[in-house]
Amino acid sequence: MVAVAVGLGALALTLAWPIPLVLSRAAWPAHSPAVALALWQAIAVAGGLSMIGCLLVFGASPAGSLLGAWHALVPALFTGPIPPQFGVVHLAALTLAAGLAVHLALNLALTAVRAERERRRQHQLVSLLGDPMPGQPHTRVLAHPAPLAYCVPGIRTATVLTDGLIDALSPDELAAVIAHERAHLDQLHHLVLLAFRAWHSALPWFPIANRAERSVILLAEMLADDRARRAAGDEALRGALLVVGGGGPGGYGDDTVIADADMLTARLDRLDVVPAASSSPAVPRALVLGASALLLIVPLAAYTAVLADHPAG
Amino acid sequence: MASLGDLERSVMEVLWSGDAALSANELRDALAMRDGESGRTVATTTVLTVLSRLERKGFVSRTREHRPHRYQALLSREEHTAELMHEVLDRSSDRDAALARFVGTVSDGEAATLRRLLDELVRR
Repeated sequence: MVAVAVGLGALALTLAWPIPLVLSRAAWPAHSPAVALALWQAIAVAGGLSMIGCLLVFGASPAGSLLGAWHALVPALFTGPIPPQFGVVHLAALTLAAGLAVHLALNLALTAVRAERERRRQHQLVSLLGDPMPGQPHTRVLAHPAPLAYCVPGIRTATVLTDGLIDALSPDELAAVIAHERAHLDQLHHLVLLAFRAWHSALPWFPIANRAERSVILLAEMLADDRARRAAGDEALRGALLVVGGGGPGGYGDDTVIADADMLTARLDRLDVVPAASSSPAVPRALVLGASALLLIVPLAAYTAVLADHPAG
Repeated sequence: MASLGDLERSVMEVLWSGDAALSANELRDALAMRDGESGRTVATTTVLTVLSRLERKGFVSRTREHRPHRYQALLSREEHTAELMHEVLDRSSDRDAALARFVGTVSDGEAATLRRLLDELVRR
């Protein structure tokens, strides 16, 4: 069992540092953002499972199996002495595993509740302050000079545009913005972003969490950009990005908020490098999806292997 | 019959269009006048329901000194919109997880770099 724990620990370390670093610097995700997004999710889930699994399996190792440890320790929690084969390190590992699992789950729940509360408030404000846009369902226009577009995801959805945006953009550019926001809503990007946001806030000291969150945000933007390019063309999207990213003629007024330059340039550069309908992805899709599936299967197989008492072990 | 959301908008538009605080009955009459051609009439109790919802959302204030209570818009439409924009642009909160902006923002000083990059891109 200790060997399984060591294996899971090695997998957790690989997924926590070298692999995300390489992936966040790779060029191919810009060509196949959907596949890269799937891989990031597999890395995050597999990383969490193997990290918790490593502690759990090591902590349970004196009993020979996870269920064996459960039967040995749970009655002892209430009634009496902890079986002597469990040392302090084993109990510490088990406590840490449970703590980590609860911490990650609570953070996800808290982030989801906060986001939902904010969305409800947004819907209230937007439906009172915004005018419906003729011919565009679920789209509201706010009377404000700053060129801004955003969407409110969830069960009820809204795409919000400002007067300033509509004045500053050509009809094609506006169509690109609306197609971009619709893609976020249709493809449920908020759920993926929420999970990575929660992971980042649960492990703020973990440098990779920040890198992972930024990569995932950028990939979601690229996916939405692809929809905008198909709907309105490359030039329309480029024009819209430049106007909104630069604050446009109206500017953001008193709000000293500046566009995220790295992300904006990555999206603009991609327009030149990646063709709109890239039919041949830079890496074989099946290979990456297979690797993602394998990443999830390995920790789950390890859990199953040590779940119950093995006749040989 | 219009939905409560539509009524909330109509009530706010009446309150935003005038300066004076209005009672629920005056609001009902103003709404009937506005929608005169469509022949829609709203009961005073419905107006009161809508007003209490708007009060809870922080859009309407109520003067309780005399009966009937009088209602007034707390902020102008422009002030509310400016406040909303401020919230949407504020990155130092959990709102990034809740909303998706067309172009993301950072709050610290990258303005000069960005301007230069954009100028280069436009010239290209």
